[in-house]
Amino acid sequence: MSVLSIADLHVDYRRRGRPTVQAVAGVSLSVEKGQILGLVGESGCGKSTLARAAVGLVAPSAGTVEFDGSPTTRLSRGTRPAHLLGLQMVFQNPYASLNPRRRVGAQIADGVGARSRTKVRADDPRVAAVLELVGLPTSAAGRYPHEFSGGQRQRLAIARVLAAEPSAVVLDEPLSSLDASAQAQIASLLVELKDKLSLAILLISHDLSVVRQVADVLAVMYLGRVVEVGPTEQIWSDPRHPYTQALIGAVPQPDGLGTLPTALPGEVPDPARPPSGCRFHPRCPEAIARCSVEQPDLTVLVPSGRKLGTSIDTPIGTARSAACWLRIDTEAR
Amino acid sequence: MNILSRRVLPRSKPLTVIAVTVIAIWLLVALLAPVLAPGDPLSQDGTPFTAPSGAHWFGTDELGRDVLSRVIYGARLSLPLALLLVVLSALIGGTLGALAGFLRGPVDGVLMRICDLLFAFPGIVLAMVVAATLGPGITNAVLALVLISWPWYARIVRGLVVSLGEAEYVTARRLLGASTWRALLDDVLPNIVGPILVLATLDLGGAVLLLSGLSFLGLGAQAPVAEWGSMVSHGTEYFQHWWLGLFPGLAIFTVVLAFNFVGDALRDVFDPHTGRAHG
Ligand SMILES: Nc1ncnc2c1ncn2[C@@H]1O[C@H](COP(=O)(O)OP(=O)(O)OP(=O)(O)O)[C@@H](O)[C@H]1O
Ligand code: SF4
Ligand SMILES: [Mg+2]
Repeated sequence: MSVLSIADLHVDYRRRGRPTVQAVAGVSLSVEKGQILGLVGESGCGKSTLARAAVGLVAPSAGTVEFDGSPTTRLSRGTRPAHLLGLQMVFQNPYASLNPRRRVGAQIADGVGARSRTKVRADDPRVAAVLELVGLPTSAAGRYPHEFSGGQRQRLAIARVLAAEPSAVVLDEPLSSLDASAQAQIASLLVELKDKLSLAILLISHDLSVVRQVADVLAVMYLGRVVEVGPTEQIWSDPRHPYTQALIGAVPQPDGLGTLPTALPGEVPDPARPPSGCRFHPRCPEAIARCSVEQPDLTVLVPSGRKLGTSIDTPIGTARSAACWLRIDTEAR
Repeated sequence: MNILSRRVLPRSKPLTVIAVTVIAIWLLVALLAPVLAPGDPLSQDGTPFTAPSGAHWFGTDELGRDVLSRVIYGARLSLPLALLLVVLSALIGGTLGALAGFLRGPVDGVLMRICDLLFAFPGIVLAMVVAATLGPGITNAVLALVLISWPWYARIVRGLVVSLGEAEYVTARRLLGASTWRALLDDVLPNIVGPILVLATLDLGGAVLLLSGLSFLGLGAQAPVAEWGSMVSHGTEYFQHWWLGLFPGLAIFTVVLAFNFVGDALRDVFDPHTGRAHG
């Protein structure tokens, strides 16, 4: 059973006097125990919004997020309910996610005491244990965040979250503020932790080449919607959606430091005024007449080209799926 | 004040050192006034309008009182009252501002509208009206000035609580199950102390000035008490006897300037760009 499952999630930002921004417009995803789901997409496509909605920091306008089989609630003024404490988040900027004026040990102790809702001392052996788990010396506990590098701080942020013994962790671009070697280290740390602790990890990034190396499953997002999902290696070697194809085509080979496509014509459209039909159609090199009229749903595909029938509407997890009329017509089952 | 010794002193500018020294001297003067003052600030046994001389360094006033003694005793009044004014304003404004920023909603709305209202009046005019209504006297002057001063603290503390409350480390803490109160106490308030200390230090100079101002207008300290503002006020009536107004005026000037310099230095220490937040 999936630990974290997101079904038909919509998040709108309503602002007075301006059109509503549909930051997330119908996303279904699920993450299993011991799995890393990598979510990639260009800046502004709604990745952070999805992450924040997943842990309850923004309210969905429609759809559900379930954690361990029960629906999540938005974090309000009150204290977060105990059954959600196993769902945690790591933020993009490790300089902002640790309090500069509190010692590292005390901040990790917050995590240790989270489940029992007790105040744990910074010299608790469990603090030291979790520091070791993320590869930091136990002496780190006595120091302040500014005494650490970006990569070390990200380890600290991860340690704090792990201290709460989560079963699912959402990481919003945890690598993007780090240098290349720190990125590689944190990435392999995530793989190690996933195996060791059977974590369900939702890893968000705009860097396909990094995610490719750690994610078991890849989801590609474009303008608020997931356009393709599937086992990472399958997508990498055989992308089915034109946007994914452009993304992978834009990653310098072999495995260089990839960035997002500049090869695609046009700009990312304003999410407040998404294009009709398939949201990718103004930039799609393969668009057909239907694309500007009807929106394709994410649909399970069969291996290469055999047409089995019409689309199905089961929630999408690891099955190979894409949201493109070209594929739905020929490959859906 | 470990942070002060580590961060201010090594790279402090000479101006800061001078300012701190000036404040220290004034504090000593206030503390040791009975020892330092050559005479009684109220006794009228000198010859009126004696120019500064060996016997009376700062001369005597229209009643023959020793101006130096009065300036020295004036420090006993101005400095503690300015401190009281600032502490009361910071406590009241800070508490209300923190509540507004924390609770948001209607409480916030009402409080901030009250602040806007108070900002809309010229402060000193409002203080004059209140002080006059309550009746002249130094206590009422302090109360009137607290009334016009607290909104500054309220607005700044509210802004800090709101912005720091949205800091990712607060969100991370809340996701770990901390209550909003806990996050406010542990993560937000300690980060507010610095900026408020800066504001309060800068404000101390202003408080001395405001208190003197009300006394100057006859609404603060009443005769025969030695108070710098009212001394300046009397001095202006006898312009040819310049020493009556000059020396208490200089006292106000040095105190205000010194507090401003120290406040600026503190601001550098707590400035998020130079502070250790990104160290
Ligand atoms: N609080 C907000 N109010 C209004 N619009 C917002 C808000 N937050 C985000 N948006 C808009 O929603 C869209 C999605 O933003 P989001 O931050 O989720 O994207 P992202 O994929 O995380 O981008 P990035 O890679 O830059 O972090 C963007 O168009 C953004 O401008
Ligand atoms: S549905 Fe049409 S426009 Fe959208 S990706 Fe497929 S071919 Fe391109
Ligand atoms: Mg983002």
